[in-house]
Amino acid sequence: MSKVPAELKYTREHEWAKVEGDRARIGITDFAQEQLGDVVFVELPKVGARVTAMQSFGVVESVKAVSDLFAPLSGEVVEVNGELAKKPETVNADPYGQGWMIVVKYADARELDTLMSASEYEKLIAAAGH
Amino acid sequence: MTDTIATSPLKRTPLRDVHVKAGARMVPFGGWEMPVQYTGIVDEHRAVRRAVGLFDISHMGEFEIDGPDALAIVQRLCTNDASPLAAGQVQYSLLCQPEGGIVDDLTLYRLADDRLMLTVNAANIAKDWSWVTAHGEGEARWSNVSDETALLAVQGPKAEGLVQRLADTDVTRLRYYHFARGAVAGVRALISRTGYTGEGGFELYIPASRAEHLWHALLEAGRGDGIQPIGLGARDTLRLEMKFALYGNDIDETTNPLEAGLGWVVKPAKGDFIGRAAIEALRTRGVARKLVGFEMVLPSVPRHGYRLLKDGAPVGVVTSGSFGPSVERYIGMGYVPAALAAMGSELEVEIRGKPQPARVVRTPFYPSRVKRA
Repeated sequence: MSKVPAELKYTREHEWAKVEGDRARIGITDFAQEQLGDVVFVELPKVGARVTAMQSFGVVESVKAVSDLFAPLSGEVVEVNGELAKKPETVNADPYGQGWMIVVKYADARELDTLMSASEYEKLIAAAGH
Repeated sequence: MTDTIATSPLKRTPLRDVHVKAGARMVPFGGWEMPVQYTGIVDEHRAVRRAVGLFDISHMGEFEIDGPDALAIVQRLCTNDASPLAAGQVQYSLLCQPEGGIVDDLTLYRLADDRLMLTVNAANIAKDWSWVTAHGEGEARWSNVSDETALLAVQGPKAEGLVQRLADTDVTRLRYYHFARGAVAGVRALISRTGYTGEGGFELYIPASRAEHLWHALLEAGRGDGIQPIGLGARDTLRLEMKFALYGNDIDETTNPLEAGLGWVVKPAKGDFIGRAAIEALRTRGVARKLVGFEMVLPSVPRHGYRLLKDGAPVGVVTSGSFGPSVERYIGMGYVPAALAAMGSELEVEIRGKPQPARVVRTPFYPSRVKRA
């Protein structure tokens, strides 16, 4: 059973966002990493880049698959997890912790309301066959 | 994901339910429902290099030909020279079209003087069956034994010891590309010293009805060795590290043996065979492109179908690519113009619209640990 921490917000594309004041830390969910399999490459934007809600901000690749990463929120990238370039498998090992991807200073707090709660996200992945 | 929509029901190996029960992720492959992974591709890949892995490759096809003209028919169909094979020997070979395109790659078994077996790719069973029966005239009978035959591969440094413990014959003396008849865990088997991983090991041809018994017996007996069931995902990364061609990816009817680096299994001196004239004309003329192995200079994943560039201009195509778990680099194979095929040649792979630097390297990417002597 995939882990779905209660305190996070989710997208239907399987990203999570953790609100930290006016910023949000972003990664992919446990369900997403399980579905992908071994992550071997992560392509992330640079600090200072702008991302737009539900548009691609990067790519995650496993041995078998290439997947776009979708931004839960619009804003400016203020931190990037550079460790993932060297150790992309961290995304599998610790998707909600060391496997985080970017921190965004979000532009519009109202966008938070468009994201799914943990219970809504649990329903989504249950319907997806888990 | 790139799963294709199945137009007919997927075929199942005798072990399909065993894989599902073991929690394997099942995917369509060449018309078959096959396990792509159990614990994870990288973990399984490393288990084969470190210890031993067990593969269900019962989807592969087996054709037998029996009769006084069996060898002559095989000689006309296949590019390699089967005449020096003694009973008990195996050979890698190709079926080619008259124009030289590759119909399939296969392993050929000399079962007896007038009896041979061809092991062909799963996705090509129907095509190959039509091909060999249409082109193989003479006094011999073809039989397609694919359905009643299961095939298990046991590969890795601990494979020999494991199979020996269960076998009633001395398999340790079996040389590479040789086979013996014997029983393994009480199951009568054709025990073949072959594989598709670069590790030592065996491929065991057994009756389909005994597949489940032997599968469990090998897992049980290999527990102390660290045996794991291995899916097609790791089978693919293992063979890629060896630069073994995968039919449908690296070779197909639009590629010829010479550009694919398979000229060593084309033996024109043996006499006529389908494709001989075309391939010999090519050999005289020289091939325009070559299948090379390359590695990415910076982290990025090359994949089947991506374009290969030279100074930004398209020059070829990637046929296979992945992260190589044992070489710990991003590696690939692809066709490039002969002038760009030399080791050290600098190319780019177009990944999501951007050229990423790559360089042609020596292959295999990972040193083979097969005992050839």
